[in-house]
Amino acid sequence: MATQTMTNQHAQTAAAEHEHDHHADHHDTGGTTVFGFWVYLMSDLVIFGSLFATYAVLAGGTAGGPSGQDIFELPFVLVETFLLLFSSFTYGMAVLAMNTNKVGQLKAWLGITFLLGAAFVGMELYEFQHLIAEGFGPDRSAFLTAFFTLVGTHGLHVTFGLIWILVMFLQVSTKGLNAMTRPRIMCLSLFWHFLDIVWICVFSFVYLMGVL
Amino acid sequence: MSDSHTAPGGASHGSVKTYVVGLILSLVLTVIPFTAVMSGAFNTGTTVIIVVAMAVAQILVQLIMFMHMNTKSDDGWNLTSFVFTITILALVVGGSLWIMHHLQLNMMIG
Repeated sequence: MATQTMTNQHAQTAAAEHEHDHHADHHDTGGTTVFGFWVYLMSDLVIFGSLFATYAVLAGGTAGGPSGQDIFELPFVLVETFLLLFSSFTYGMAVLAMNTNKVGQLKAWLGITFLLGAAFVGMELYEFQHLIAEGFGPDRSAFLTAFFTLVGTHGLHVTFGLIWILVMFLQVSTKGLNAMTRPRIMCLSLFWHFLDIVWICVFSFVYLMGVL
Repeated sequence: MSDSHTAPGGASHGSVKTYVVGLILSLVLTVIPFTAVMSGAFNTGTTVIIVVAMAVAQILVQLIMFMHMNTKSDDGWNLTSFVFTITILALVVGGSLWIMHHLQLNMMIG
């Protein structure tokens, strides 16, 4: 009995020291949430990996239609890339503003990130609409099916990210920064940076390799 | 704010400096492959190597400087799950390409 009590006390002290060592703050559940979201992103990465593999296999199947060389416009893609890259940076600034509890700055950076992301989605929709109008829609060839699926899935993710940014903007406005909204902004941060990383693969392996 | 400060989730907060450096590196690593492809200055093999190398470098830059992935956050589970996912991806993407390439050769398609 006495041993048990002692062990208990020892465990408690050890736990307290552990807490201290890690500077663990009151958001322990928040930490679990953000890590859980990271695991979701890893599974999302497998989805994109499958779509990339599909695209790589089908890229040569143009069925007499256009190849990547005929339809990809690199200056256009470069602008899209810059928009997404800068939006990733501005979201980072939003997280820094949150860490210093500057709600006004946080909302401003969220707004700028939203505009950059929306411009990216707008450009992508223009590209898709332009291709479909020329008769190069996803029904034209296996190559175009795989292209629209891969790039469209990424665009859909960015669109949901935009909706999420709007939601966080409203939640921060009405509820402020608390144990509920902070982990959500951290999860959205991971999501937004993750989409930029997927886009690096898209512009490198689809667009740049496509015109070689 | 120091880089080592730990956020909820164990991820490092980062600082203005890490984000600015990450942005500049990403810009450079984006412009190089676009220039290499658009100028056509190199032969195809060299260009492919440049594009792949710059993509891998930029992914690492963003993982470390934007997503703050390191060996310490969450006792290394962030990194462990990432390495596991990369292994799965290598099997799925590499395996698919390998199989489909041979299938294409044997079936004489395309």
